[in-house]
Amino acid sequence: MSEDFPTDFAAPSSGSAPQDGTRRSFMKQAGGLLGLALAPPLLSQAERLTAFSKTVEGVTTLQLKVNGTVRSLQAEPRVSLLDALREYLDLTGTKKGCDHGQCGACTVLVDGRRINSCLSLAVMNQGKEITTIEGLMKGEELHPMQEAFLKHDGFQCGYCTPGQIMSGVACVKEGHATTDDQCREWMSGNLCRCGAYPNIVAAVREVAGKA
Amino acid sequence: MRKTRRRNIKITISLAHYFTTDKMNNFSYTQAATAKEATGIRKDKADAAYIAGGTTLLDLMKAHLEEHSQLVDINALPFRGIEQTKDGLRIGAMERMSDVGENALVLQQYPAVSESLLLAASPQLRNMASIGGNMLQRTRCGYFRDAAFPCNKRVPGSGCPAIAGDNHNLAILGTSDACIATAYPGDLSVALAAFDAVLTLENAKGKQRRVPVTEFYLLPGKTPQKETVLEPGELIVAVTIPAAPHAQRSTYLKVRERSSYAYALASAAVGLDVQAGTIRSARVALGGVGAQPWRSSEAEKVLTGAPATEATFRAAAAAALRGAQPYKENAFKVELAQNTLVQALLKVAG
Ligand SMILES: Cc1cc2nc3c(=O)[nH]c(=O)nc-3n(C[C@H](O)[C@H](O)[C@H](O)COP(=O)(O)OP(=O)(O)OC[C@H]3O[C@@H](n4cnc5c(N)ncnc54)[C@H](O)[C@@H]3O)c2cc1C
Ligand code: SF4
Ligand code: FES
Ligand code: FES
Repeated sequence: MSEDFPTDFAAPSSGSAPQDGTRRSFMKQAGGLLGLALAPPLLSQAERLTAFSKTVEGVTTLQLKVNGTVRSLQAEPRVSLLDALREYLDLTGTKKGCDHGQCGACTVLVDGRRINSCLSLAVMNQGKEITTIEGLMKGEELHPMQEAFLKHDGFQCGYCTPGQIMSGVACVKEGHATTDDQCREWMSGNLCRCGAYPNIVAAVREVAGKA
Repeated sequence: MRKTRRRNIKITISLAHYFTTDKMNNFSYTQAATAKEATGIRKDKADAAYIAGGTTLLDLMKAHLEEHSQLVDINALPFRGIEQTKDGLRIGAMERMSDVGENALVLQQYPAVSESLLLAASPQLRNMASIGGNMLQRTRCGYFRDAAFPCNKRVPGSGCPAIAGDNHNLAILGTSDACIATAYPGDLSVALAAFDAVLTLENAKGKQRRVPVTEFYLLPGKTPQKETVLEPGELIVAVTIPAAPHAQRSTYLKVRERSSYAYALASAAVGLDVQAGTIRSARVALGGVGAQPWRSSEAEKVLTGAPATEATFRAAAAAALRGAQPYKENAFKVELAQNTLVQALLKVAG
């Protein structure tokens, strides 16, 4: 949808608080044409939410902007962002490993930052820019990180892979993949039961080198 | 024979867990716009809870260790910013671990605080987790985290299976007959305790008070369920760390079972002001070994005024662990904590 790969999403600069203003201007930049068309209702919702308290109870309509498209779902506030993506929006690329923040299989980007979607509520992610593994491709063209994982055999069973790739995209963007050691440390939130680690590091480092 | 039996029980428990973990109790959700509104909800509803990053709260709710009828989202509260004040660097409670850990002022003035944040959890969790939430994370004691077991902290009076059971990751300092957990298993508060940080708290009346981090956490005693001096519904607004030469020359060393993404078996936050080979002032706090973040005035006393040598550091480490009470599986921590402390001191001295 957007012209650029989501790697180009401006992550809020580290050191300063991700202010609402940052998020708004970021959303305006990032959305492209369609994004712009969809942005106003989302923005005013974000404004409404901060203007006065809003209580959500039982099944209600939630709106999530995923991979540039605003999607509606009927869900309770207890539904995690991970379950919203997988069970309500049928975006099953994001995986559930531990469901407790311990494995990284559920990693997605929210406003350009990587998070564990299993420990976040869907209701809290309204008005934000969510990017999942399904949103990385540009048309038929794989994202460079996906290409690198293929080239370096960065997986065996593949279960951890969507999380590894999303985390790898963010890791490069953050500037935390400049050496093998740094890359290992900053990718440590993604476990791989198959032990494909050396190849994962090779893939992330290659993309970092080209960035 | 007995051993096999026990193992079977364990397997059943973890299977039961597997099928129940992801279904939290149903709750309503409110985004609070002001502190007054947030504390007001908590005042009217005792079983409501604040949610910041959610990385402790939702973890516990999924395991049915906590249930709440309402979650109050406090992320829109203006508890933000990292700014220089006359009392030191003031960090808003809603700031994220990743942002604070990489903040230029924190890196420059309090390297130990930055390291304690960046060595914690994972990049994803640090992007989510708030400073206030971090300070209120709960113990990783396996019995506390499994509702099938008794636990004095979770169910007061039910007993403490850890004392005679699996206690390899639990505390050796400040424990009691009721609980031997590292109630705060994390890193940040250890560094904050070392460098005299002070919390700003706000209650439902809008009244603020200031509490030093060293007085914020409570030892288990007979009431391990009471972990901090935070009153019900009271909010953490900010934490302020005073500037000092020993804070600038500081480090946080963390020893784990694997090299990353794990809690500390032992850790040390240390800072030294050394002039012409003599230690003018010193700060020492230990993590992973105390029932709470463990500031060691004993070690600081040995260090202050002494030459900055390994012999001094060894003596300080011995003093810090003098009162340790090891249990069957965590006796290794006495030596580990001492070596961790010595290594950390050598690093800042060198
Ligand atoms: C797999 C895993 C590994 C981890 N490893 C580490 C580690 O190595 N080191 C480490 O230090 N931590 C570690 N953590 C813990 C993590 O740092 C905490 O979960 C996190 O900091 C909590 O912050 P939060 O904003 O997500 O809190 P939440 O989950 O939102 O809140 C936690 C508690 O604090 C209350 N609360 C939150 N903010 C406030 C406030 N401002 N005022 C009053 N009450 C408030 C909430 O009501 C809740 O009870 C790990 C966590 C996980 C899941
Ligand atoms: S050590 Fe504390 S938390 Fe662990 S079982 Fe005993 S009482 Fe519970
Ligand atoms: S499924 Fe979210 S971290 Fe494991
Ligand atoms: S490829 Fe199998 S878990 Fe990583």
